[in-house]
Amino acid sequence: MKTLVLGIGNVLWADEGFGVRCVEALAQRYSFDAEVTLLDGGTQGLYLVDVVGAHQQLLVFDAIDWGDEPGALRVVRDAEVPKFTGAKKMSLHQTGFQDVLSAADLLGRLPSRVTLVGVQAGELEDFGGSLTPRVSAKVEHALNVALDELRAWQVQPRVRTTPVPSMLGPGLDRFSYETGRPSEQVACRQGDERFFAGAAR
Amino acid sequence: MTATGNGFNLDNTGKRVVVDPVTRIEGHLRIEVNVDQKNVIRNAVSTGTMWRGLEVILKGRDPRDAWAFTERICGVCTGTHALTSVRAVEDALGIQVPDNANIIRNIMQLTLYVHDHLVHFYHLHALDWVDVVSGLKADPKATSELAQKVSPWAKSSPGYFRDLQNRLKRFVESGQLGPFKNAYWGHPAYKLPPEANLMATAHYLEALDFQKEIVKIHTIYGGKNPHPNWLVGGVPSAINVDGTGAVGAINMERLNLISSIIDQSIEFTEQVYLADVMAIAPFYKDWLFGGGLSSTSLLSYGEFPDVANDFSNKSLLLPRGAIIDGKLEEIHDVDLKDPTQIQEFVTHSWYKYGDETKGLHPFDGVTEAAYALGPNTKGDPRRIESLDENAKYSWIKSPRWKGHAMEVGPLARFVIAYLKGHREIKPLVDETLGKLGVPITALFSTLGRTAARALECQWAVRELRRQQDKLIANIKAGQTATANVAKWEPASWPAQAQGVGFSEAPRGALGHWVKIDNGKIANYQAVVPTTWNGSPRDHEGKIGAYEASLLDTPMADPAQPLEILRTIHSFDPCLACSTHVMSPEGQEVTKVTTR
Repeated sequence: MKTLVLGIGNVLWADEGFGVRCVEALAQRYSFDAEVTLLDGGTQGLYLVDVVGAHQQLLVFDAIDWGDEPGALRVVRDAEVPKFTGAKKMSLHQTGFQDVLSAADLLGRLPSRVTLVGVQAGELEDFGGSLTPRVSAKVEHALNVALDELRAWQVQPRVRTTPVPSMLGPGLDRFSYETGRPSEQVACRQGDERFFAGAAR
Repeated sequence: MTATGNGFNLDNTGKRVVVDPVTRIEGHLRIEVNVDQKNVIRNAVSTGTMWRGLEVILKGRDPRDAWAFTERICGVCTGTHALTSVRAVEDALGIQVPDNANIIRNIMQLTLYVHDHLVHFYHLHALDWVDVVSGLKADPKATSELAQKVSPWAKSSPGYFRDLQNRLKRFVESGQLGPFKNAYWGHPAYKLPPEANLMATAHYLEALDFQKEIVKIHTIYGGKNPHPNWLVGGVPSAINVDGTGAVGAINMERLNLISSIIDQSIEFTEQVYLADVMAIAPFYKDWLFGGGLSSTSLLSYGEFPDVANDFSNKSLLLPRGAIIDGKLEEIHDVDLKDPTQIQEFVTHSWYKYGDETKGLHPFDGVTEAAYALGPNTKGDPRRIESLDENAKYSWIKSPRWKGHAMEVGPLARFVIAYLKGHREIKPLVDETLGKLGVPITALFSTLGRTAARALECQWAVRELRRQQDKLIANIKAGQTATANVAKWEPASWPAQAQGVGFSEAPRGALGHWVKIDNGKIANYQAVVPTTWNGSPRDHEGKIGAYEASLLDTPMADPAQPLEILRTIHSFDPCLACSTHVMSPEGQEVTKVTTR
C-alpha cells in the first residue's frame, strides 16, 4: 500500500519545526521501499491535498497545542485527527492540516489510515530558533512510535548504513540551521543594533 | 468626523464591529470597523497581529542560502520570495543569469500566478460570492443548461450535477460541512440563483483536483515540490535533451509533459475559472463597493523580464509604475533604490524609530519591536475588545511611495498596464467591460479586483505557453546553459555590497533589500504586498488600502460581516502564514463581536 510519512510545520519557528525535523531525521537514518514517500510538507496547507490523496496510509508528524506540558507526545488515529475547517478564513495561508484532510475526504481520497504523531510545542516565538531541549528530546521517541506504527502497517524500515544528506535545502538542514545561527549579540534579536547605536549618540 | 489626509473621512462614533480570526498563537489579521445607524461602515482599522521578524534571522547567514529561508516565510508565496531573494543577491554582486534561467524563472513565476489565482478564487474567495448550501436546492437539469450556456466545458451534464449534489448532500448530512463549515449561508448579500451556486461548487471541487497538475511544473523545473530549489546565478535545473544525464535533468519527455499541462491549464482557466467569474459578475454588478485606494493610488514594481537581466520597462511584460492623486493619465516611474521613494513609517506600528515623523528606506530599515496598547484600548490586554487606532495598533509597518499609501496586486498591475496601452491586457479588459456592460470605473471595486485577478490568470497562462515555446526553441538551438557560476565563490565578491530584488508576487509588489558584508548578510529587509495593502495609518493619518476599501460599504447584518470578508479577501491577504499548530477544537475560528 502506498504510504506517506509527512512532516509539517515551519522550521523557522522553534518548536513549530518538530514535524519537519522528525521526517528529516527518519529519512536520514532509514530507507524504505519505493511505495513509501517521506515528505517535508512545510506549511503548504491545501497544496498538500494532492500528495495526501495519492496515498492509502498517512503518518503525520506535527507540533500540536493541546494544552499539555511542552514535550508531551500524543498519538491520534483516524477520525480523532481533527477535521475542522472554516470558510471564514482571512487568508489562504490559514489553511490548517485539518482542511487538507477534509478536502481529501470531499474528493473521496482520504487515506484509509491516518495517524498523527504530535508533540506539545513549548516555544513558538523564537523566530529563527530551533527545537527547544524538551521538544528536541522527543524526536527519538516520536521516531520510535512512528516506526512501530509503520511496521504495524506492514511497512518495513531499513536502517541505513551510510548517512544521506538532509532532505532540506542548503542552510536549512538541522545542523547548518542550528550552527549557522548568529549569536544573540550579533543578530541582536531584541532589535536592531543601528538603532541602539543611534540612541547612544 | 476626521479627514484622513488621503481623501477619506472617518467617524468612529458608531457601533464597533470586530472580525478576528482567532488562532492559537495570536491572530493574523484583525479588522475593526465602526458602522453608523444604517450599518454603513464609517471607520475601518486593519491590524496585523503578528510579527514575522525575517530581518533578524537572516543576519549573518550566507547570502546564497537566503532564498531557502525566505521560501519558508509562508506556505503559499514560497517561490516568489525565493525568486526575489536571488534577484537581490544577484543585484548586489552584479551577477547576470543566462537566458534559459530567466525563461525558467518566468515560467516558475507564471505558474505561481496561475496556481495562486485559481486556488485563491475557488478555495478562499468564491465562498464570499457563492452560497454552497443554496446549491443543494438547484435543479441539476437547469444547472446543466446554465453551464452549457456560459462555457464549452465538457463536465456539464445533468447527471454530473445530480451526482455532485448527492455527494454534497451526503457530506452535509454526515454532519461535516468540511471546508464549507462556519460560513454565512443564506446571507442576503449572496445574490446567485441555486443553479449558479451548484455550478460554482462543482468547479470548486474540480479546481481542487486540477491544481495538482499545475504544480508539476514547479516540481520539474524546481527539482522538487513543495519547496522547489533556486540558485543564485541561474536555476538549479540541468538541461539534457537526450535524457541520459543526471537524475532530474530536464529532458524532452519532461518538456512535453509541461507543454501538455500548460494546454490543460489554458483550457481550465478559460472554460472554468473565467467563465465562472463572468457568470457570477452580472449578479453583483450593483455591488461595486470596496474600491478604496484603487481609483487614486496604485503601485506595481513590474514583472517578467522578457530579456534576461533587463529590468527596464522595455523588457518587463507587466509594467512598472505608480499612479497617485487619482491622476490616471500620469504614470510615474518607480525606483526601489531611491531613498526618497519607498519609505516605511511606524507611527501606528508596534516598532520604534528615533524620529517617527520620518520614514526609512528599506536599505536603512530598522525593526525594533515596541508593543504597547493605546490609552483608549478597550478590554483586557490579553483579550482586547477594540484597539485604539490613534496609538500604535499593528505589527504591520506603513510603507509609503513618495508619501502616498498605495494599493498593490492584480488590479494595480492591470490598471497600470491598461493605461499604458498594453498590447494584450488592454483588449482583455475592454472585452470584459463590454460583455458586462460596465464602465472602466467599475474596476475600482471589490469585484474589479476579483475580475482583474481572473483576467491576469488568463494572461499568465497564455504567456506561460509563449515562455515554454521560447525555452524549447533555445534548447533546440543547442543553448543549454542554466546557471552562471563565475561569482559563486565569496572570494570573488567585494567586501561590501548591497542590492535590491523585486518581483510582483501574485498578490502584489514584493521587494527584498540586502546588504552583504564580508560574505555574510549584514541586513535584510522585505517589504511584502500585504504590508502595502494591510498597512495601518501613517504619521499624517493616511489610511491603508484595506482600511480605505471598507469605508462606505453597507452591511446587511454587522454580526455576519460577509461584506468585510468579501472585500478583504479580494486582496488575497497574506499574513503570518507560518503557524498552523493543531488544536483539538480546530483553529481559525473567526470570531465576530459587535458592541
